[in-house]
Amino acid sequence: MDNKIALHLENVTMQFGGVVSVNNLTLDVPEHRIIALIGPNGAGKTTAFNCITGVYQPTNGLIEFMGTPMVRNHPSGKDAKSYKGENADKYTGEVIAPTPDQITKLGIARTFQNIRLWKSMTVFENVLTAKHMRAKQNVFSAVFRGNLSEEKRMREETLELLKEQGLDEYKDELATSLPYGLQRRLEIARALATDPKLLLLDEPAAGMNPQETLELSEFVKEIRDKYDLTVFLIEHHMDLVMNISDYIYVIDFGSEIAQGVPKDVQQNQRVIEAYLGVADQGDTE
Amino acid sequence: MKQKNNLIPALTGIILLLVFVILLENISSLIPNLPQVFQPTSPLFTVLKKAAVYSLVAVSMNLLNGFTGLFSLGQAGFMLLGAYTYAILTVPSDMKDQVYYLFGGCAFDFSLVDFFRSIFGAGGFGGAVALVLACLTALILAGCVAGLFAYLIGFPVLRLKSDYLAIATLGFAEILRAIFQWQKLGPITNGANMIKGFPTFSDFNITDSSGNVILRLSTFVPFLLTTICIVLIVCLINSSYGRAFKSIRDDEIASEAMGIGLFKHKTMSFVISSFFAGVGGGMFAMYVANAQAKAFTSTMTYEILLIVVIGGIGSVSGSIIATFLYVACSEWWLRFLDSEMYIGGFKVPLLRNGFRMVVFSVVIMVIVLFFSQGIMGDRELDLKAITGYLTGKKRAKAKEKVPAGKEGDK
Amino acid sequence: MEYVISVLLSGISVGGQYALIAIGYTLVYGILRLINFAHGDVFMVAGLLGIYLTATLPISISLPLVIVLTVALGFTIERAAYKPLREAPRMSVMISAIGVSYLLQNTATYVTGGQPMTYPTIPFLSDTVNVAGTQTKWVVLITPVLVLILVIALTQLINKTKVGMAMRAVSKDFETSRLMGIKIHSVISVTFIIGSALAAVGSVLFFTNYPAVTPTVGSMPGLKAFVAAVFGGIGSIPGAVLGAFLIGICETIIKGLPSSWDVSVFSDAFTFALLIVILAFKPQGLFGEAATDKV
Repeated sequence: MDNKIALHLENVTMQFGGVVSVNNLTLDVPEHRIIALIGPNGAGKTTAFNCITGVYQPTNGLIEFMGTPMVRNHPSGKDAKSYKGENADKYTGEVIAPTPDQITKLGIARTFQNIRLWKSMTVFENVLTAKHMRAKQNVFSAVFRGNLSEEKRMREETLELLKEQGLDEYKDELATSLPYGLQRRLEIARALATDPKLLLLDEPAAGMNPQETLELSEFVKEIRDKYDLTVFLIEHHMDLVMNISDYIYVIDFGSEIAQGVPKDVQQNQRVIEAYLGVADQGDTE
Repeated sequence: MKQKNNLIPALTGIILLLVFVILLENISSLIPNLPQVFQPTSPLFTVLKKAAVYSLVAVSMNLLNGFTGLFSLGQAGFMLLGAYTYAILTVPSDMKDQVYYLFGGCAFDFSLVDFFRSIFGAGGFGGAVALVLACLTALILAGCVAGLFAYLIGFPVLRLKSDYLAIATLGFAEILRAIFQWQKLGPITNGANMIKGFPTFSDFNITDSSGNVILRLSTFVPFLLTTICIVLIVCLINSSYGRAFKSIRDDEIASEAMGIGLFKHKTMSFVISSFFAGVGGGMFAMYVANAQAKAFTSTMTYEILLIVVIGGIGSVSGSIIATFLYVACSEWWLRFLDSEMYIGGFKVPLLRNGFRMVVFSVVIMVIVLFFSQGIMGDRELDLKAITGYLTGKKRAKAKEKVPAGKEGDK
Repeated sequence: MEYVISVLLSGISVGGQYALIAIGYTLVYGILRLINFAHGDVFMVAGLLGIYLTATLPISISLPLVIVLTVALGFTIERAAYKPLREAPRMSVMISAIGVSYLLQNTATYVTGGQPMTYPTIPFLSDTVNVAGTQTKWVVLITPVLVLILVIALTQLINKTKVGMAMRAVSKDFETSRLMGIKIHSVISVTFIIGSALAAVGSVLFFTNYPAVTPTVGSMPGLKAFVAAVFGGIGSIPGAVLGAFLIGICETIIKGLPSSWDVSVFSDAFTFALLIVILAFKPQGLFGEAATDKV
């Protein structure tokens, strides 16, 4: 792991009222790697993603992207009294809380566990709209058509992206009319349209059949190489995770219980217990 | 790319429409003995003028409610701001003492009309230029004032869930109405009384030296202004920003995750919508020839909202068609419902003052409940669809029959 | 001093009348997330019913009948205009509510001919009484007491009975409640029935104080009641009542300020200024819970 660290989480805790969803999570995502975050249902994986992408402001902890602090918070006010996590006094400096769009602008794009495509738009428009953020224009140039070359460039790039993803034949269909697997692929294409450096995939294989899952793992590796990406993913399909991940973090009840390369994690007793329950001494998959 | 192909037919349509309006307006002086409908005093022209003004406001509301998914009910408030800004800026100085007689004259000693007249002269061609420039400047400023207030009100409210926006904007409109009626502001707003004496649509009619009208433009002017504004709104909707607005309507969380700042784009949509509502308010003042705060009630907002719903939320052409239908029905075609009528010796039951509005509200409820798509749904009217419909090729696309003569507006 | 007492008294009484309307808003919003724009007009119709019924029937029959008919109206509106749109986007339901409001106002204009109608004098309520040296009507004294009784009864209903439990469940999570076998349609109907009944009671008290009933008379108290509900934290009954009393008192104080200041036109505007301030600083209101969206 000699690569530069793209994403660094340090003591991240997310507490909702009395419930600690993510507890003191520390992890590193090195550049150009595929890192997985796994854990049983309700372990806090998506919450961790939401903290990274700014949907939630973590109660405590630090998140760095490409070496610069991106999010930093410490429990204050009402949260300070009810705070159950650790390291409450570690990050008392300035609170940094960018909104999700600002984080996306830094170069982090994501997909959603329950697909969130723009439903009134076509496949083409879905990707084109995601290009809006990086377009060099303002509202006046847009209204008075001073941005025609920019618009043209965006449309060409979108078409190219769709071709690469094999979605160009559906480009004028409504996004929500696509089959499930293609919708997931479109979500990835849309995320790529924001020119990310780090791609967060929230259960990209959910609802896919084994064949599609296999294709997906090739696809993820492909786009990683092609767009020079770092990939951080949440997944339940162990085949996929073991196949493509360079390194795995396992969390349960918000806290990390194991980390390591796929082979080690597979053998780890605590991971097996977390997935299968303590009483049953079953074997691995 | 898609736009390019549509550009020429759309422009032709708009120009044809405008020429048609001029012809229609002047036809009575060209051909004698036409039926009453074509005379300048006909309700036809009242309807056309009012509908031209209202369609701008309806489209501006649709930009916000239909395309950005923000449920705002402040349209009347922004119209009020526009109307007053326009009125205060254009009342000529020599009219001021007469208009503001209750307050001993106006505290705001400036008039755009006088300003431009001092540059271009008061009579003849110079006077016309001065009038046009004064009105245009005042209308743009009317929009700017409305937009500025939208920015201020949007700042606290647009960060919240959209239901609160509805009630906050409604409340904001009420506050404005109270402020503009406040007697202490009388020297500027004329208190609860109306401001009048400023240039109206009929001042654009071209007269000869003896005061006879040679070319009527009083219907053409609101059409022209509205067309320009709506074309700008359509350009916005079809631009990258328009797509960003629609994405917010579809799924805020996804938009934010794709780098579209919610607050920024909502504010933008809100300010632009209010800008055009302000311009529409100024034009409304020109249409009714006065500006009075008590006209801009929440009922007015509701009326515009219902027009948008009838036309189809998310369809510009739908809003325009619905406005013309709505205004024509309420001002002209359904007027008979309000007066008692006898067929033979038999008095038709129910018909009396107020019945028209009851029928109207029932129709609206039926549309809201059973035809929630409205006339156009979220589709737009384009020339291909019309020709396709007329030749019977693409019958499936056009669900409702489109009244002829209004399609060029898009 | 007498002046202060009389302003306070009438403020509390107006506030109590707003409270009765506000409860209808807050309950409906809590369950359907719908700003029921027609609620103020239901209140207006209750006023008109009061006028027409007392003209022909004795008070002892007509007043209960006003409540029954208003409840029937509220129930019908819910079934006819809101229930068909249960699965539609929320904006459509609000538009439907605005449509109903428009319909009720226009029908009232048609029926009354647009002229303000005068609310009848109701014996006892309209009688004057002397409190600490100021003359006032009994209704002013009775309103807060009645409001308190009704609110206590309502909170008992919501916290202790089965239907109350169902209402709380539905307001927490519509879909799950439905899956758990709660008959949401009847729960919603009950909500509208309670809201309309309280609005009817409110109308009797309000119009005894301000006897002119016009077709648009309901919209302003309606909006103010909604602001009261937002102020108290939407969905919270004590919050709505507290907010309503506060708005009522502030409004009467503004109206009672020296006429040379000429600020009485702002008595309505004040309420909305208050709303915008709350939304800016404490959008969940006094007793409301902050909602979180699940991603």
